[in-house]
Amino acid sequence: MKLEVYDPAMCCSTGVCGPDVDPALVAFAADLKWLAERGVEVRRYNLGQEPQAFAANPSVVKEMEADIDRLPVLVLDGKVIATGGYLSRDQLARKLGIEAVPAAASRCCPPNSGCC
Amino acid sequence: MPLPDIATRYAFFTGKGGVGKTSLSCATGLALAEAGRQVLIVSTDPASNLDEVLGTPLGALPTPVAGAPNLFALNIDPEAAANAYKERMVAPYRGVLPPAAIASMEEQFSGACTVEIAAFDEFAKLLGASEATAGFDHVIFDTAPTGHTLRLLTLPSAWSGFIASSTGGASCLGPLAGLDTQRALYAATVKHLADPAMTTVVLVARPDRPALREAERTRGELADLGVRNLHLAVNGVFAAAQPGDAIADAMTRRAARALAEMPAGLAGLPCTETPLIPQGTVGLAGLHAVARESDEVAAEVVAEPVPPMLQGLDSLIDEIAATGRGVVMTMGKGGVGKTTIAAEIAVELARRGHKATLTTTDPAAHVAYSVSEPVPGLEITRVDPEREVALYREEVLQKAGGGLDEAGRTMLEEDLRSPCTEEIAVFRAFARTVDQGKDRFVVVDTAPTGHTILLLDAAESYHREVLRTQADMPEAVRNLLPRLRDPEFTRAIIVTLPESTPVHEAERLQGDLARAEISPFAWVINQSLLASGTADPLLKQRGSYEAPYIAKVTGNLARRAALIPWRADEI
Repeated sequence: MKLEVYDPAMCCSTGVCGPDVDPALVAFAADLKWLAERGVEVRRYNLGQEPQAFAANPSVVKEMEADIDRLPVLVLDGKVIATGGYLSRDQLARKLGIEAVPAAASRCCPPNSGCC
Repeated sequence: MPLPDIATRYAFFTGKGGVGKTSLSCATGLALAEAGRQVLIVSTDPASNLDEVLGTPLGALPTPVAGAPNLFALNIDPEAAANAYKERMVAPYRGVLPPAAIASMEEQFSGACTVEIAAFDEFAKLLGASEATAGFDHVIFDTAPTGHTLRLLTLPSAWSGFIASSTGGASCLGPLAGLDTQRALYAATVKHLADPAMTTVVLVARPDRPALREAERTRGELADLGVRNLHLAVNGVFAAAQPGDAIADAMTRRAARALAEMPAGLAGLPCTETPLIPQGTVGLAGLHAVARESDEVAAEVVAEPVPPMLQGLDSLIDEIAATGRGVVMTMGKGGVGKTTIAAEIAVELARRGHKATLTTTDPAAHVAYSVSEPVPGLEITRVDPEREVALYREEVLQKAGGGLDEAGRTMLEEDLRSPCTEEIAVFRAFARTVDQGKDRFVVVDTAPTGHTILLLDAAESYHREVLRTQADMPEAVRNLLPRLRDPEFTRAIIVTLPESTPVHEAERLQGDLARAEISPFAWVINQSLLASGTADPLLKQRGSYEAPYIAKVTGNLARRAALIPWRADEI
C-alpha cells in the first residue's frame, strides 16, 4: 500500500513560527510514522518544496484547480481518499484496513488532542 | 594602529547595526590596499551603505573603487538573491499549477529565514568558488553569518529531509530545500570560517555596555562553533581633549567605564581601539581619518541650526495624552534608546494625571525610573525575554517534540533558537500587556516588528482557512492584531539615531510596518550631539554631520518628528 500526502505550502508548520503549535499536525505526523511502521509506504510532499510531485499527479492538480483549500489531499494507491483536512488515526486505519491501536501513552499525544 | 591587523585571506566584521562594521571594514581594506595588497570588500547586508562609504556605485561584480588603487568592492543584496531564488523555484510551475498554488508557493520564500540563508549562499559562493575571488589577497566581508545560520547548516538532520517527511514541517531551511545540492559547499564554508589560518572574525562594538554585551554573546556562539580566530574592534572611542564640557566629560566617563567593565571573554581577545572621528566615515577622506592615530579637528565648524519645532518630546506627549488611553510602542534596533524614550513618555503621561503602565524588557528601567523617583499613577512591569523564550521553547518541545526522534528533536530545538522564535515569545508577553490599554496608557519598549505581525497574521489565516481547525490562538493575540492597526488606539514611535545606518534601518522598519498596515505616529531622533549644546570642538563637528540625516527623517520619512539631545543620564 502506498499513501501519498500532498500538503499545502507550509513554512514552520510545526507552528514554531506561529503563535502556537498545531496539535493536529503533530498528531498526524505521529500517525504517519505509525502507518509506516506497519508496512505502509508513506510519501509526503509540501507544495512549497516539492511542486514537481503535485504537477505530476493530474488528480491532485484537478483538486487544486477546483479550490486550493482542498489541500491537503491524501492519495491511497493512486486514488484520492481525503481532501481539505487530515484524517485521524481511526479514519486512516479504516481506509487502509489496518487494525487501529490506541497511540502509545507516550508524549506523542499533545494535550487536549483527544487521541489518548 | 587603530585598525585590526588582518593576516588571513578572509575577514568578517560582525556586530550590531550602527557600530561601524562597514566603516571599519572599508578603512581596514583601504589600509591593506595602500600597502600594496589586492583587496575585495563585500557587503551582503540588505541595508548596506557600502556605495556611500566608498563613494563608488557598486554592483554584484568586483568594481574598482574610485581613487583607491588595488581596492575593489561588491554589494550583494540578499533580498534580491532570495527573490531570484524564489523565481527559479516557482517559474517552472507557472501555467502548470493553478495560480492559487503559485501564490502560496511564493509566500514561502518571503520570510526572514529565506533571506538569511540566501545571504549565506552568497558567502559560500565567494568563499568556496575560488574563481570569483581568485585575484585577491584579501576578501573582507562587512557582515557575517549568524550563529543560528551556521548551526542550522551544520546539523546533519538539516539535510536529511527528516523533518519534512516526519512532521510535514519545515524549519527555517524548509523553503530552501532546493539548495540541497550546495551541501558540500556549505560544509566547506563553515570549515573555512573556523580555520584560523584562513579567516579572522572581527567583533565590532561601540564603547558602551550593550554593544560589548552583544559582542560577548557573539564571541561565545562562534567559539562554540569552533571559530576562534577572533579580534575585538572597539569603534568610536572618545576621551575629551580637555575637561569642562558636561557632554564631553560624560561621554568620556561612560566609555572608560564600559571598557573597564568589559566581559572577561572579550578582554582576552586581541583588541584595537578606533577613536571617534569628527567627520563621519563617508568617502575615502573619512576612511583615512579612521586609520590615523590622532584626531584632527577642522579649524572651523559650520554650525547647523536645529529646527526649533523638533526639540523634545513635549508636543508628542501632549497629542498622545489628549486621547486618554491606548498603547504607545517605541520601536527600533537595539542601542537606539527605545527604553529611555518609552520611560520618558510613560512618566510624563503619569505626571499629567493619567494612569500609565510602562512595560520594558530592560531590567535597569525599574531602578532608574521607579525607585529613585516614584511617580503616582505610574506602574512598571518587566518582560524577561529569556524567561519568555524558555517558557515558549518548553511548551513547543512538549507539544511537538514527543513524536520526533533524536535528529528531529535537535532540528526542532535549533529552529527554536531562530530570531523569529524570540520575537514570537516576547510577542506573547506583549499581547497580554496591550490588553490593558483599554482603560489606561500602556507604553512598551518591546514592540514586535512588522515581520512578526505579518507572520502572526499569516499564521492566523493559515489555521483558519487552510487547516480549518479551530485556531488555537490566545484570545489576547486575536484582539491584538486589529488593535495594533487602529491608529486611534496604538501609536508606534520609531526611534533612531542621527546617523546613516540607524536611519536606513529605521526606514526599513517603517516599510515593514507599512506591509503590516501600521503607520507610525512619529519618529524620535535620539542622542543628537547637534542638539546637545556641547562646546567640545570634536563633538561639535561630529554633530554637524548629523544634519543631513535629521533632514531626511523630517523631510521624507516622518509625519511628526522629535529630536532628543545626547544626554549624560541615559540608561
